[in-house]
Order: sequence, then structure tokens, then C-alpha cells
Amino acid sequence: MHTVLQVDNVEKYYGSKGNLTKALEEVSFQVDKGEFVGIMGASGSGKTTLLNCISTIDRVTGGHIFVNGRDITELKGNALNRFRREELGFIFQDFNLLDTMTAYENIALALSIQGKGSKEIDKRVKAIAGQLGIVDVLQKYPYQMSGGQKQRVASARAVVTDPMLVLADEPTGALDSRAARLLLENFTYLNDQLSATILMVTHDAFTASYASRIIFIKDGRIFTELRRGEEENRRSFFNKIIDVVSLLGGELNDVV
Amino acid sequence: MLFKLSIKNMKKSMKDYAIYFLTLILGVAIFYVFNALEGQKAMLGLSKSGYQMVDLMVDLIGMVSVLVAFILGFLIVYANNFLIKRRKKEFGVYMMLGMGKGGISGILFGETILIGLLSLSAGLLLGVFASQFMSILVAKLFEADMTAYTFSVSATAVQKTVINFGIMYVIVLIFNAFSISRYKLIDLFQARQRGEKQTMKNTGFAVVVFLAAAVILSYAYYQVAYRPETVTQDRAMVLIAMGCVGTFMVFWSLSGFLLKLLQRFKRVYHRNLNAFVLRQLSSNINTAVFSMTVICLLLFATICAFCSGMSMNTSLRMTLQEATPADICAEKTMDLPAEGDFTEVQRENGQKTVLESLADMGFSAENLSEYVEIAIYADKELTFGTTLGAYEEELRAQYSFVNMNAVEAIIGISAYNSLAMLYGNPTYELAEDEYLILCDFDGIENLRNVALSQGEEITIGAFTLKPRYTECKEGYLTMSASHINTGIVLVPDAVIEAERGSALTLEANFLAGNYVGTTKEEKQAVENILLEIPNEKAREYRGFDVQTKISIYEAATGLATIITFVVLYLGIIFLISGAALLALKALSESTDSKGRYEILQKVGADEKMIHRALLEQLGMFFLLPLFVAMIHSVFGMQFIQFALSLFNRGDMLAGVGITALILFVIYGGYFLATYYGSRRIIEEK
Repeated sequence: MHTVLQVDNVEKYYGSKGNLTKALEEVSFQVDKGEFVGIMGASGSGKTTLLNCISTIDRVTGGHIFVNGRDITELKGNALNRFRREELGFIFQDFNLLDTMTAYENIALALSIQGKGSKEIDKRVKAIAGQLGIVDVLQKYPYQMSGGQKQRVASARAVVTDPMLVLADEPTGALDSRAARLLLENFTYLNDQLSATILMVTHDAFTASYASRIIFIKDGRIFTELRRGEEENRRSFFNKIIDVVSLLGGELNDVV
Repeated sequence: MLFKLSIKNMKKSMKDYAIYFLTLILGVAIFYVFNALEGQKAMLGLSKSGYQMVDLMVDLIGMVSVLVAFILGFLIVYANNFLIKRRKKEFGVYMMLGMGKGGISGILFGETILIGLLSLSAGLLLGVFASQFMSILVAKLFEADMTAYTFSVSATAVQKTVINFGIMYVIVLIFNAFSISRYKLIDLFQARQRGEKQTMKNTGFAVVVFLAAAVILSYAYYQVAYRPETVTQDRAMVLIAMGCVGTFMVFWSLSGFLLKLLQRFKRVYHRNLNAFVLRQLSSNINTAVFSMTVICLLLFATICAFCSGMSMNTSLRMTLQEATPADICAEKTMDLPAEGDFTEVQRENGQKTVLESLADMGFSAENLSEYVEIAIYADKELTFGTTLGAYEEELRAQYSFVNMNAVEAIIGISAYNSLAMLYGNPTYELAEDEYLILCDFDGIENLRNVALSQGEEITIGAFTLKPRYTECKEGYLTMSASHINTGIVLVPDAVIEAERGSALTLEANFLAGNYVGTTKEEKQAVENILLEIPNEKAREYRGFDVQTKISIYEAATGLATIITFVVLYLGIIFLISGAALLALKALSESTDSKGRYEILQKVGADEKMIHRALLEQLGMFFLLPLFVAMIHSVFGMQFIQFALSLFNRGDMLAGVGITALILFVIYGGYFLATYYGSRRIIEEK
């Protein structure tokens, strides 16, 4: 299968020589096209640092990250900006929709930043809106929409550019359980029907159980990996996750 | 503890709104500089007329300062109120932690006092130094002797500045206490969330309002620019009010439909960050309709003041040369009117000619190298009205301010020609049955030309004369820096000969001549003889008007300088107040939009794109009021030109270049400062 993301022996250190904090050590894994991967770990385990390195917001100290075969740790300046806007899609904790713009304009923005023409923008925005069932809200402003609609608009914006990889950082962190479920079902839809490759960082076992594979991180190192079977249902996968979490010990136990 | 909080708060807002505080300091400094002129005039060795001019300037600046204080007061109170509103949430936190309203008032009190003291002391310090340059400039312009000059601080100006700004800050204190007392905790907490919702305007209604504004403004434009003669003082107030309301409606409606209009151009709207820029701009305008209006009107006032002031300055200096061809000219009314209250001596002196009177006062004819004397006659049947003929009735109704019953001055053609030769002006010839009119005062000239072009005949005693030309001719008797000759009728010498003593009475005696001597010093020596005539002696002569080249020069350059000073003072204050208000709005808007710019970055816009978006958005925000103000000015200046035609025949365009430069530097500077300030705000983590 085609490899979208390859993380190769990544290290990330913070601080000066005297007081060195190792946030990531020898982290290696890969994500294939169409996968829905969760990264789990307690706070301070380094999972957000990892995501920041992949999204080029932060730079690695050592190792390489390949997206679609290209080493992004070597990218600089404009090439970096172009990579970020053309190959990556982001879904944020609090939707991050622009309150001054309609849903249509919010989705279109991602495309116009890429310099797409107005005809193509219109075609693609309408197509993705149809697939996510938000055609009716396109002319509405964020404050006129329900939470679920906002999530779908934010998801639409993340995938409308056909990114190689969709990154989500604690997407359910600020949501109540019903809204969280809506969002995760939405992710599953993106993954199944639109074959989007998703990499999601979370500390929540329930959220993680929607993924098809989970990488556990502890103290900056990969602890283990859990893969959901072909026929396995979410509940039994959830129970397996809980087992690993208990094994990991520490703060992660709190969430159960 | 509270005071510590005050200091901390102030430091933070100083950083974000540095441009506003700089404006305060600048305002104080400018206020001081112009008001300190009074104290400095004593040290400058000014000539007598120079001294009078500076006196006049000081008086004018004193009056203008009231307006300036009012504008700056508005800026301070408005800006303070605006900054307080933005801090509702902060106050909410204080109250939540148990601080009473008294405590919050205390914090604000401390802040206001601090800001007041800082801006006053910094402004005064800056002003004291700047005023030294100002005195040098004044001295140069009024040709004063600088030997007695020392570094000085004007106590009265300091006092005036402190009192004026002190009052403003006291008003601010009262305002603050008042608005704090009305706050409720729940409102303070919800302040931010409420602000996010924007009121949507009905597009159709906005278009209607815009069209209405266009109609109102067009009407006002038409009235001031094309029918200025019908504008009385009361009507002017109505038109100004219409202009203000129209401007407000323009900005109000623009925020409602500009966006909708631009959204139609899909190709442009969805290019780069344009959609975002236009949304930001539209919400900016939406929340700032009132301040945009005020700023636009301030800019309008600035442009008009600069343009007309600078144009008057240039045209005054330019006309001076041609307007003073001789060293001295004097006119003396013969035969004082019987009903007037005059002394015996004055009546007796009334019979003397100019030359006799001057000799009597101690200025003998030997002081003149050459001179021309002419007699001015009048026919009480021949008034301004009668020269207009049938046209008079029509004008009487329209121009109620023109005195149609004024008796015309009549001069023989050869007498005038001898004067014209001395002045170096064109001479004229008349046939036995012809007359001509000399006039160079625009407003009246136009009226006379109508009658002349219709061949209107006039009658003097037994003579009936027809006009030689179909228009007024250039020429004058009394020298003046401006064109103020409203009309002199020239008739053939035979008419004077025949009618003298019957239809024509001797009205006045006129003299023009040159001083003996060729150098500036020699001429000044002769002039001094005139200046040394004691006042009590001069008072024995009535209806006696002497103009000298030197006095006209001094008065005109003095006047031009005064106008320039006052206009600069007012204009700069208007400009910086308006620009500071706009900058304050834009900066606070940037603080509010910080989150939005962060989202843009996350969605993939790079730094360059974001900077460009910010530049475009702020650029349009700054240009819009300027653009509307410029349209206002095009029409407003036509009216000013009409109103000032008494002074000035040059067009208003002379001042446009320098006005554009000043606007560009100051307004552009505020714009750049706002742009870099905003950039700092949105990039700050």
C-alpha cells in the first residue's frame, strides 16, 4: 500500500545543554493511504510535539519525516508554506471558523489561499458540502449554526483541498460526549467514504476507539501499537485500549 | 496596590496604543508652541507694523485655540471612553475578585492622572524646544532683529496649556466615574461575546439610504459650488448640516451593501485572502460609522483650510508686485458731509487737497520726485444702479447685499491717463460720446459687464454717453494688495469741463507719486517722515486715506504669514486628531481580530499573504474617509474661492500641491504606524 507518512527516528530536544528535556526519542512509524491513526499518550508524553513536528509548526532535532516520499524536515520558507497548505488539512479543537464569514467562504478560503480559480472553488465547495450534508448551511454564519454543523464545515474546510494527510489535535477536547460522538462519526465518514488519511492526537480512550490503529507514546518513546481487526467492533477495540492504558499506568488511568 | 495596577495597565496600553499617546503629546506641544508666540514677540526687535501684525496673529491664535482645545478635548474624551469600553472584561475580573466599584474608579483615576501628567510634561518639554525654532521662523518672516534673542519659556502659555488640558482630564475623570457606576457584573462578563455578533443590514434599505445620501450631498454640492451667491449664513448652516448627515449616511449604507456588491465579482472576491479582507473591512466600517464620519469631516476641514490658506498666501505675494507700482498714493474727500459730526478744524481742513494736507502735516512735496494729482467727481444722479439700466431691477432682488445707490466716481480721461502712465498701467482713449468703466473686483465686474455688453447708455448733465467697450477694463486709483476696485467711470474731458459745478461736484482729490531717492534706505527715510506724523495732527483730517508701497508690503506679507500660521495650526490639529481616532479604531480592531489571523495561518496562509491582507484592509480603511473628504473638498473649495474673492483672484489650485504633501506625510505616517502596530499585535503570542 502507498505510504503517506513516514516518521523516521525522530528526536526532539528542548532546552540548553545543561538542562535538556527529551520530548521525543527514536520515534519511527508509518501511515498508509486511507488509514485513520490515533496517537495516544498522557499529557507531557510528547504526542503534541510529534504532531507539531509533522505539521512543520515545530522543527525536529534529529531524524526525518517523509510525507508522500518528500523529506519535510529539509523544507524551508516558501516551500514549507506551500507544503503546509497543499498537503495538509487541519481540524482544530474549537473548529476555528472565521466568525465574519459564511460557511461557504470559510471552506472556499482554504482553496483561494492555494490560488484556485473562482469556478473551481465553487465546484469543489459545493461537492464537499453535498458529501457532508451541509448544503443548507453554506450561506450561514458560524453563530447561526449548531455545533454539529460547525464541525462539518470545519471538516469540509480541512479536506476540500484534497490533502495527503488530515491532522487533528485533541479534536474532542472541548466537546461534550454527544458532540464528540458526532465529530468522530464525521471522521469515520471522511476516512471511509472520502478515503482521507487522518492522524489524530488524543488522550481520550473513547475518542481513540474510532481509529483503525493506535500508537501509544510514553515519555517520548513509542510504547506499543494497537490495530483494530477487520471485523472487530468499536466496543471490543475500546476494551483493548483500556487494557493498554492500564498497562501504561500513570495519569492516563484517570480518563477511564 | 491599586496604583501599581494602574502603572501596569498603562504600560500595556501604551505599547498597543502608542500612536494615540504620541498624538496627545503632539497636541500639547503644538498648543504650547502657538500660544507661546505672545511671550516671544517682546524679545524680537520688530518694527512698528511688524509688531502690530504679530499682535493680530496672537489674537487670532488665541481665538482659534478655543476651537483647537475643543477638538483635542473631543479626541481625549472619545478615545478614553473607547478604551474603557474595551476593558469591560478586565473590570469584570476585578469585581469578581471582590474589588468594589470604588476600587476600579481608583485604578482609572490613577491611570488618567498618570497619562495626563506624562502627556502634559512630555508635550510641554517638546513644545518648549519646538517653540524656539518657531520664534526664529517668526523673526525671519517679520524681519525682526534677533540680537536680543534668548532661550525662553512662556509662563502664560504653560499656564494656558496646563489649564486647558487639565480641564479635559477632569472631564475624562468624571466620565469614567459615571460609566463605571453604571456597569453590572453580568454585562462586564458578556461584553466580549455580545460584541461578536454583528448587526446585518438589509441590503435593499442600505442602497436606498445611499441613494438618498447621494441626493442630499449633490444638492448641497450644487448649492455651494454653483450658486454660492444665494448662500446666506443661515443657509450655510443648513448646508453644513446636510453635508454631515449625508456623510454619515454614506458610511452607514456603504457598510451595508459594499460587501454584497463586491461579492458579485466572484473572480476577485475569492482570490487570495480578498474575501477575508473585505469581510474585515466591512465589519470595521460597520462598527465605526460615527468615527468615520467625524474623521472624514475633519479631513475635509483640513484640506479646505490648507488649500485656501496656502493659495491665499501665494496669490497675496504674487499680486503684490503688480499692485504697488508707486511709492505712495492718497485720496482725500473734499467737502465733508454737512450732517456729520465734525470739528471746526476738520471742516476747514476738508477743503485742502492731498498735497496741501500732507505739507500741513510736515510732509512737503519736495519729498516726492514725481507725482500726479487728479480730481474725482460725482453726479448724484449717476449711481451704480443707474449704470446697470434695465438690469438693475433683476439684480436688486438677487443681490440684496450690493448697494445699488452708491454714487459712481467719475474721472476725466486725460487725468486718468497721466496717473496710468505713472503707474505703468494701460491708457485709454474715448470719443466725444463714449465712456468706459474700470473695475477689477470679480463679483461686481461680472454684473457691470452684463450692462456694458448691452450697450447701456449713461447721462451726465446734458451729455449722453455710450460704452466704448462691451466689458470693464483693468485699472485702479488706490494701490492695494488685492483687486478691490469696484468701479470708476472714465468720461471725455469735455464732459468734465462743461458740467463741473453743475451736474458734477468735486468729490475727492487723489495723489500718487514716488519718493525721492533710489535705494531702499532712502525710501524708508521718506516713509519715516510719514510715520512720525503725530496722531493728534492726523486726527484733524477726515476722509483721508494714505497708502504707501512699504505699508502695503508689510501688511500683505504679514497677512500672508498670519494666514499660513493659523491654517497650519488648525489643519495639523484637525489632521492628527482625525488620524489618531482612526488609528485607535484600527488598532483595537486588530486586537479583536488576532484570533482570526491565527486561524488564517493555521489554514495555510503564509506570513506574506497575511501582511498583504492587513495592509489592504487598513489601506482601504484609511483611504475611504480621505476619498469622501476629497470629493467634499472639490465642491467646498469652490465656495471658499467665491467667499474669498475679495482677497484673491488666483485659483485655489496653488495650495493643492503643498496640501497633498502635508496630508501625505502626516496621514501616511499615521497609516504606516497603524500598520506596523497591527502587525505587532497579530503576531504577538
